Amino acid sequence: MSIRAEHINYIYGEGTAFEQYALKDVSFEIGDGQFIGLIGHTGSGKSTLIQHLNGLLRASSGKIYYNGKDIYEDGYDMRALRSQVGLVFQYPEHQLFEVDVFSDVCFGPKNQGLSGEEIKERAREALTQVGLEERFWSQSPFELSGGQKRRVAIAGVLAMQPEVLILDEPTAGLDPKGRDEILDEISALHRAKKMTIILVSHSMEDIARYADRIMVMSRGEKLFDAPPKEVFRHYKKLEEIGLAAPQITYVVRQLREKGVPLEENITTVEEAKMAILAILRQTGKAGNRE
Amino acid sequence: MGIIKASRLIYDYIRRDEDDHVEEVNRAIDGLDLDIKAGDFVAILGHNGSGKSTFAKQVNGILLPTEGTVWISGMNTTDDDHIWDIRKTAGMVFQNPDNQIIGNIVEEDVGFGPENLGVPTDEIWRRVDESLAAVGMTAYRLKSPNKLSGGQKQRVAIAGVMAMKPQCIILDEPTAMLDPNGRKEVIRTVHELNKKEGITVLLITHYMEEVIEADRVIVMDDGRLVMDGTPREVFSRVRELKDYRLDVPQVTELAYELKQEGAELPDGILTIEELTEHLLPILQPDEIQEEIIAGSESEI
Amino acid sequence: MIREITLGQYYPVDSVLHRLDSRTKLFGTMVFIISLFLANSLVAYGIATLFLALAIYLSKVPFSFMVRGLKAILFLLLISVSFNLFLTPGAEAFRIGFLKITWEGMRLAGFMALRLIYLVIGSSIMTLTTTPNELTDGLEKSLGFLKRVGVPVHEISMMMSIALRFIPILVEETDKIMKAQMARGADFESGNLIQKARNMVPLLVPLFISAFRRATDLAMAMEARCYHGGDGRTKMKPLCYKHRDHVTYLVYLLYLVVIVLFRG
Repeated sequence: MSIRAEHINYIYGEGTAFEQYALKDVSFEIGDGQFIGLIGHTGSGKSTLIQHLNGLLRASSGKIYYNGKDIYEDGYDMRALRSQVGLVFQYPEHQLFEVDVFSDVCFGPKNQGLSGEEIKERAREALTQVGLEERFWSQSPFELSGGQKRRVAIAGVLAMQPEVLILDEPTAGLDPKGRDEILDEISALHRAKKMTIILVSHSMEDIARYADRIMVMSRGEKLFDAPPKEVFRHYKKLEEIGLAAPQITYVVRQLREKGVPLEENITTVEEAKMAILAILRQTGKAGNRE
Repeated sequence: MGIIKASRLIYDYIRRDEDDHVEEVNRAIDGLDLDIKAGDFVAILGHNGSGKSTFAKQVNGILLPTEGTVWISGMNTTDDDHIWDIRKTAGMVFQNPDNQIIGNIVEEDVGFGPENLGVPTDEIWRRVDESLAAVGMTAYRLKSPNKLSGGQKQRVAIAGVMAMKPQCIILDEPTAMLDPNGRKEVIRTVHELNKKEGITVLLITHYMEEVIEADRVIVMDDGRLVMDGTPREVFSRVRELKDYRLDVPQVTELAYELKQEGAELPDGILTIEELTEHLLPILQPDEIQEEIIAGSESEI
Repeated sequence: MIREITLGQYYPVDSVLHRLDSRTKLFGTMVFIISLFLANSLVAYGIATLFLALAIYLSKVPFSFMVRGLKAILFLLLISVSFNLFLTPGAEAFRIGFLKITWEGMRLAGFMALRLIYLVIGSSIMTLTTTPNELTDGLEKSLGFLKRVGVPVHEISMMMSIALRFIPILVEETDKIMKAQMARGADFESGNLIQKARNMVPLLVPLFISAFRRATDLAMAMEARCYHGGDGRTKMKPLCYKHRDHVTYLVYLLYLVVIVLFRG
């Protein structure tokens, strides 16, 4: 199972004076069970791109295959595609509408035409997966905190049991702890359900921690598409387009330049700590606390 | 007394049912004492629901204390006669850039505050010119706010406050809805106003990178002040910050973790340069240093 | 769809019309509309056409841009023309099936069509050359006398100006909400009228909640910037008549006199 995009172009105002490429010749293939970080600044085309993957936007040219089938073929079931490629938008306020949390999560499965009992079963499962305690289920979604709203929004898409889950900046506006909690839950979903995840984010630090592949968008084009360590090697280019590699990679690079024998591919605090401690233990400069 | 002073401040959100009976009381600020010196750049940290935004609204007189007192430049916020002076002295920038721009054209929005204050027309123009220049938005003065990026909209909002000639600006999570470029843009602008114009800044945020250059960092939790000091002092207490649902920059965390394991590093490292500078002496293997010395000797 | 409506849009160029006081333009639009209802002869319409052509020329707004605004009234135009064409009694010109078309009908239908088209173009010239703020300011000041009888003129004009600012934001938001719900399988297109109405709930609830939230936020932001109604407020761009406005009023007067003389 996979998503394959071939030479996608998306043009705003085609044929007018305001013609503008929002996506320019973007191609990629996403295999089963990958965790992909999609990064780029505002206007880079990343939001436009994800809306193509579940058919909300139609490419001006190019092809998209889901599980080998051309989604632009006549008679292709777009609604079925949308339940298989779940997309959670940035602001939960844009989708919450029901009187209570539970009914809101039922909206997706209900649209899939499932039976009453199955709908409830799926809603229960989805709410449990996102770690929202049962006492909130009968509350109005509008009275929840930012992090809880976000969970309900994710559950609302999970309840359709998609094979791919796309999240557009799921942590925007949350405090640091809330940020980590949501990301940890997404990561758990990825591991437990083998779900393919596409995480759109501004934070290289977050992406470095979770993704096994990073796609960098800039001005509608795919600039990089590789494992994090490789992408971060191009930190100069990343800075040029207004992004940056995680702080840790800079520390490691500067140390390496001064002759410290660290591996180049360190990208997280945990990895850096382990590597530096290993050197310190060798030289006997760190206390042996373990 | 500083420009902003709160004394034993308490604020309750009271929810009433239809018959006006109290249904629920939610204490957002719980006995806060605070004194802020004119000209300082003060950052207030705290997780969502810690009471920091409620405090910001107290400073501007949008909310009034349930108990205790808030003074702005010596004026008590409960004093009805001074409410416009208080709002003029302590201007406020909110989180959502769209929901605070009133004008349909950038320059008209910046002029909105002075118009309300009854400033004469030619003085309004002078202030609009100055304020737009101060935030670097002069080139966009005739644009519609809808055509601007998030960071630019927030700069317009800041200019709108500057045009009221405030002594102090309170920014309530001004960067929460912006991307990294917009965030940098706004924070740089605020620092400039603080340095060049001497404006006291109260920046409320939960992005740790934004507070590193502040003069003073205050951490709020549960409506109380729990930490108060320079960024270095506050960031050296990593565990405590994490308990308050906050975070530290990656370098600070790495330094802290290494120190916990016995590495000799100073407290509260804030930048990449600081960390590498302190790590090098303990990391560079002695052999390499010897080799370098030996190499240079053999060349001679 | 919404983007195609040019009626009420501002076209930013610098022209004599753009520089005129908004009250002058408001008054001019009124004069023009009155003249259209007075005119009942080819000569009078000829004069009105000249007047309109002059305004179009002076506005520096491309004519094609104004014509696009007519799309919005195409349906209305068709209805009123056919009513006049088929239902006016008089001498028969020719007949299509049971429909009798009279000379009077053709004349009336022609004038009616011209009147409607001129009306739309005339008023769009005003909005194309006047920013929404100038327009509301102009209305506020022209209707200022109503304040004495208790009409909250300032508040109404402030509300109009805020509505203009938020319409594009809410349009964009509607699009986002629709997409978010479509991603959950919502269907906004199929079904009968009742089903369609019911299907709108997931769109309308978030939209209304967001609009209320924006309203609360905005009210707070306005208060924080010392807004306290129209009393004691000064203006950044006060309206004051210039020489060119006086000249324009003179042109209006001449135009009206000529129209009345040749109304037929």
